[in-house]
This record gives sequence, structure tokens and C-alpha cells, in this order.
Amino acid sequence: MFLNHIYLIPLFPAFGAAMMFFFGRRLQKTAVNAVCVGAVVVAFLFACFTVVEYTHFAHGTGQPFEKVVYTWLGSGDGHLNFVKLDGTTASFNADAGFLLDPLSSIWLLFVTGVGMLIHIYSVGYMAHEGGYYRFFGYLNLFMFSMLMLILANNYILLFVGWEGVGLCSYLLIGFYFHRKSASDAANKAFIVNRIGDAGFILGALTLSWYLGSFRFTDINALARSGHFAIGDPVLTIAALLLFVGACGKSAQLPLYVWLPDAMEGPTPVSALIHAATMVTAGVYMVARSNAVFTLAPTAMKTVAIIGALTAIFAASIGLVQNDIKRVLAYSTVSQLGYMFLALGVGAFAAGVFHVFTHAFFKALLFLGSGSVIHALSGEQDMRFMGDLRGRIPTTFKTMFIATLAIAGIPPLAGFFSKDEILWQAWVSESGAYRILWLIGFGTALMTAFYMGRLIYLTFYGQPRMSHEVEHHIHESPKSMTVPLVILAIGSVFAGWLGVPHSLGGSNPFEKFLEPVFAREAQVMQKEEPGQLAAGKKEEEHTDPMEYGLMALSVGAAIVGLGLAYRSYAHAGKDYPEPIAVKAPPLYTVLYNKWFVDEGYDYAFTGRRKIGDVRLGVMGAGEASSWFDANVIDGTVNGAGWTTRAVATLSTWWDKWIIDGVGVNGPAILARMISYPARLFEWGLVQWYALVMVAGLLGFGVYYVWK
Amino acid sequence: MAEITTLHYLVVAAALFVLGVIGVLTRRNVVIVLMSIELILNAVNLNLVAFSRMWGNLHGQLFSIFIVVDAAAEAAVGLGILIAFFRNKETINVDEIDLLKW
Repeated sequence: MFLNHIYLIPLFPAFGAAMMFFFGRRLQKTAVNAVCVGAVVVAFLFACFTVVEYTHFAHGTGQPFEKVVYTWLGSGDGHLNFVKLDGTTASFNADAGFLLDPLSSIWLLFVTGVGMLIHIYSVGYMAHEGGYYRFFGYLNLFMFSMLMLILANNYILLFVGWEGVGLCSYLLIGFYFHRKSASDAANKAFIVNRIGDAGFILGALTLSWYLGSFRFTDINALARSGHFAIGDPVLTIAALLLFVGACGKSAQLPLYVWLPDAMEGPTPVSALIHAATMVTAGVYMVARSNAVFTLAPTAMKTVAIIGALTAIFAASIGLVQNDIKRVLAYSTVSQLGYMFLALGVGAFAAGVFHVFTHAFFKALLFLGSGSVIHALSGEQDMRFMGDLRGRIPTTFKTMFIATLAIAGIPPLAGFFSKDEILWQAWVSESGAYRILWLIGFGTALMTAFYMGRLIYLTFYGQPRMSHEVEHHIHESPKSMTVPLVILAIGSVFAGWLGVPHSLGGSNPFEKFLEPVFAREAQVMQKEEPGQLAAGKKEEEHTDPMEYGLMALSVGAAIVGLGLAYRSYAHAGKDYPEPIAVKAPPLYTVLYNKWFVDEGYDYAFTGRRKIGDVRLGVMGAGEASSWFDANVIDGTVNGAGWTTRAVATLSTWWDKWIIDGVGVNGPAILARMISYPARLFEWGLVQWYALVMVAGLLGFGVYYVWK
Repeated sequence: MAEITTLHYLVVAAALFVLGVIGVLTRRNVVIVLMSIELILNAVNLNLVAFSRMWGNLHGQLFSIFIVVDAAAEAAVGLGILIAFFRNKETINVDEIDLLKW
């Protein structure tokens, strides 16, 4: 009953958004809360019932449930045909169709669940802000788009949600639009995402051009049919293009630059959109296209390498940032890198698992930081925090749990998912990716360090804020702390859904997802006969190596947190940054985010130049503009001037030589010669008549007298 | 009283003809010129009718009827031209109508 009306889930928040759009201005805050928060709560409950009903429907087979509401684009009767790559014809078809399988079930649950908590949190956080109804309208619109994205059954409908979340991200980053930095950040996010979106749509069109359908079920069935060789070039290109889209949406190198700036938006937005849900859309899309990616090992390698590099790159920047939200933003980029690393080494389930656990602790960290900022009257700089642990205890406790979770301390959520990823990176491809494991391991160390730094600078040490701010410190209202507590519980227990066999668990999470990725494990196995897929391997025996790696990463987490404790736990005013002390140049580079924004300004935006010369794309644009204005237009003008000069000469020749000598000359001559003849013509008819009569008389006289 | 013979008719007709020719050659007003042309035509008509009477058949009279019709048409065309011309030049003096001169 719920399953058959699955299309209602996105419609609840859509209704809320529409209400805000039309009537929001006139509604009381309580009415806004009732409509918008209510819509998401209803959507969450509906989603829970739907997923429960789905598990009965699927009976553990993971059989996808598909519901086509109506045909949205194109036609089955062949009006919109296109020629596929192999020469046969297919018709363009995109349904308003909904697909529920284990993968989208997981996303559905945590998007609505975390979304609901963040809506409740926002009631408290935004209570004193202007544009209350606008904020909730955008949030509901975002929920609608995100749900369309995860429930779509084809790439085109997914793209609608994909663009929708991008739009909402833009609107919410620029929520404080009167602040120039906020509107700039919104523009940056939108434009950088657009680059990714171009890749995504090209990838989806390439796939349908090759396979003849946009539907996930069709494409997966075809990709799994054994028709296509592993390493098929068209599929590789399509997969790489899709990954470009994922890079934009999920903030991977080199398109990650928008996400740290997106922290200009209100904190609940950072938590919901830029940590827990929207930025995982890229992971979702790649996992959704897993059948295609598996057939494209090159694309998989690219995904893994980009993921690992992003992870360590962003983590290194996070080590030295002072803005509490920026640290978390780089942490998000870094964790997303982990997810892509997992996808890239073929451990789709592990990547999805990390998305799931990350949604809890990262949303919690952001909401906690929002609570800190709220308590400190808007202060975001950690240099002016400190010693908050006793003053906002709930926020402190929940954030501390989240920190342990993200650092990978067992038995919290992050430990299981992160360790699964590192282990998969270690074993996959006969260990060819061990360098990626090393990068991931280094990232884990850094993660523990910068998270410890965040906690110790914020909650320990001496208070470094001004007296006035210190005077106002207060714990946040219930509507903010209750979501924190719930998310903290999630951060503790979410990992237990995926306890691996080696630790005596049965990994029900991976089992649940198995039908979605099962065939991929087989393909990988065929490719590497010597190396069994990890899932199978674990069933047979447990590698002692796995325990060793586990111990290593737990050790790294403890070392990282310990280092942070030593450096920051007693920080007073003007505390030293250990990196700045030991390696000042490195600190400068990291503090300035590897100068990537500056590099992009030189290379792409043209906002920076050397002397008067712009470099890069804008420089090339300027150079070609100069070339156009001077050389091309000069040539055009030169041709014009030449033509005009020739025309002037030609006109003179025509006027004086052709017309004068050739045409008028004979006429003047004829006029001169005809002068005597003209003397006979007076023009008076009566004279002619007189001459005539005289002539007649003359003839008459002549004949009479003859 | 002597009988009116063909000769009398011819003399009257000749007089009318000469009056017409003098009118055409001397008068400036185009209307008068046209009226003079009518005189010439009617002189010819008189001749035709006179010869018709002399020979005792109707051929001449028949012709004179043709000429009357022709004269009417010619007068209509002539007056039409005259009005069009007057609109352009605001004159109907024949010595000012000299556009045909080279």
C-alpha cells in the first residue's frame, strides 16, 4: 500500500515548498513549522513504512521495485527515435518512474531521517533570523529534489533531482544574499557544479546512445548481459563522464573548491546539503551505475585515485584552518574522497556504508558547530573559542562522540565503515592499490588530528573570546539539542549494522546491498582469478592481516587525537600552531589551501593577473579578443576600406568616362546634328494645321491651273 | 421662286467648311476649336445629304449618321483631354499647348 504510492514521498516536501512559495509571507512561524517540518516528518514516516513493505516485497532477493507513474518524456510509439551507436533505432523515453531497491532504500531512510532532524534543529537555529519561511521553503524544495534524485528510475529524472538540489544549494548558500561573500560563494557553487553537470548529462546520453535506454534496470541488465567486453571504450568514456558529474556534485578534485565556500550558508544547510545528503549524490550515482563502472576498469582506477588524492589533499588543508565550519567542510571533502576510493576499488557496499555512517556523524558535527556558533553569538573562528565544555555540555558531549566516530575509534560508526574501505583498498586488485591504502591511512591520521584540534580548541583550554561574548554563552534550545542527541545515538550505533565477519558480525548492511552489487563482485573475480572478491574471501577465512590493519588504523586515530591533545588541549591566547612552528613554509601552503583558489583565479576566472597580463583561460580569451579586435577586425576593415577606395575610383570612372564619354557623348552629338531639323517644330498645332491648309490650297491651285 | 438645287446645298456647305477652317486656324480657345471642327464635319454631312437627295438613294444619309456618331465620340474624347489638361496647366489656350515641341 505504501510501496504503490511511493511517489507521494517527494510530494510531501514539494507541497510544503509550494505552500511557502505562495503563502509563506503571510504565515506565522508556528504555521511555517507545522507545514514544513510536518511535511518532512510525514515523508520520513512514509519512507519507513515503504522500506518495511519493500523488504517484504523483495524477500531478501533485492529484486527492485519499479513504479512508473506516467511517461514523462518521449514516446513508445516511435516519434522521438534516435539511431544507436550500433545502427539500430531506439526511442527516447523517460518516465516519471520510481525505483526502490536496497541502494535507494538506504538513501531514502537517511535522507528523510537526517533531513527531519535538521528541520527540527532549524526551528531553533533560525528562530531569530529573517526570511524564516523562505529558509524552510528552500529546505523543503531541497528535500523534494533530493528524494526525486534517489527515487528516480532513469538518468533523466535523476538529472531533474540533480539540478534541483544544485539549485537549492545555490539558494541556500546565498541565503544571506546581502553579504557579498555569500552570494559569491553561491555563484561559485553553482558554476563549478555546472561543469560537473555537463559531464553527467553527456555521460547519460552516451550511455543511452550505446545501450538505448535511460532506465537503470535496462542499463544494468544490458551491462550485466555479458554482451560487452570489460574495458569497452564507449562504456569507459560514459563512466568517466558520469564521474565528472560526481566530481562536481560530490566535491572531488579538481572541482571540490565550491564546498568549503558553501559554508557561507546557514549552518543547518551546511549540515543537510553540504555534509549529509546532497554531496553524497555523486556517490549514489556512481553506485547506481555500478554495472557500467565495473565494465570500465580505467574509470574505476580513476575514481579510486581521485578519491584517495582528494581524501588526503582536503585533510591536509583541514589541519590548519581556523574557521570551525571550514575545518568540517574540508573534512567532508576528505570523507567523500574515502567513499570514492571505496567505489573505485570495487567495494561499492563499503562506500555506501561510509556514506550512511558519515551522514550521522558529519551532520552531528555541523549541527554541533552551529550550536557552538549560536552560543558564541556568531563567532566562527576557533582562535576565539575555548573552554566551552562545561558551559554547553550537551553540545560538547554529542560533538565529542561524533569526533571519536569520525576519527575511527571502535566501536563507533566511523570505525567500521572506514576500516572496511581501507581493508578493501588493501586487498583489491591483488594489492595493486596498496599505495591508495597508504594514502587512506595517512588521511585517517590527519582526520583524527584535525578533529581533535577542533574539539580541543573549541571546548578545552582557556576561554579566548571577548568578555561580552563570554557573558552571553548559553546552551541551545531543546529543538536544537534533541536532534544532536539523536544523531549522537546514530553515530554510536549506525556502524553496528556493518560489523564485518572478522569481528564476529554478519555485516547485514552489506548483505542487504548484495543484490545490487553482487554481479560486480563476480566480474571482478573473473578479472582477477587469483584474487577472490573480498566478500567471498571473508566467508572462507579471515586474513590475519585484517586485524593488523585494524589495529594500525585505530592506533593512527589514537595517535592523531593524542597529538592534537598535546598541542591544543591547554591552548591559551596566542597558542602556537605546531605545524607553523616546525615547518613554516608548509603551514603557509596549507593555510592558503595549497593556493588552489589562487591558481584557479589565474587559470580560469581571470581575477588575478601578472602585471597587466591575464593568464589561463581568461588570458586566452583576452588574447583572442585582442586578436579578434585587431587582426580579424583589422582585416575586415582593411577589406572594407579597399573596397570603398576601389568603389570610389570605379564611381568616378563610371560617372565621367562611361556616362560622360560613352553615353552622353553620342547623345550630345545627336542633339547637335539634329538642331536644324528641330527648327521646323514650333509646337503650335494651329501652325501645323495652317501649313497643311496652305499645302492643300497649293496643291489645289496647282491642279486647277495646270 | 427658284427650286433649291444641289448647288445651293454645296455652296452653303462650302461656306460652313471655310468658316470651320478659319475657326480652327485662328481661335485660341480649344473649346471654340472643337466647335469649329464640328462645323467642318457638319459641312461634310450637308454635302453627303445633298448628294443623297440628288441620286435619290439613302447611302449618303447613312454615312452622315456615322459621322454624327463619330463627331459625338470625338467631342467627348476631346473634352476629356481638355479637362485633364486644364487640371495640369490651368489654361485651355491652344498656343500655350506646345509640349510637342521637341
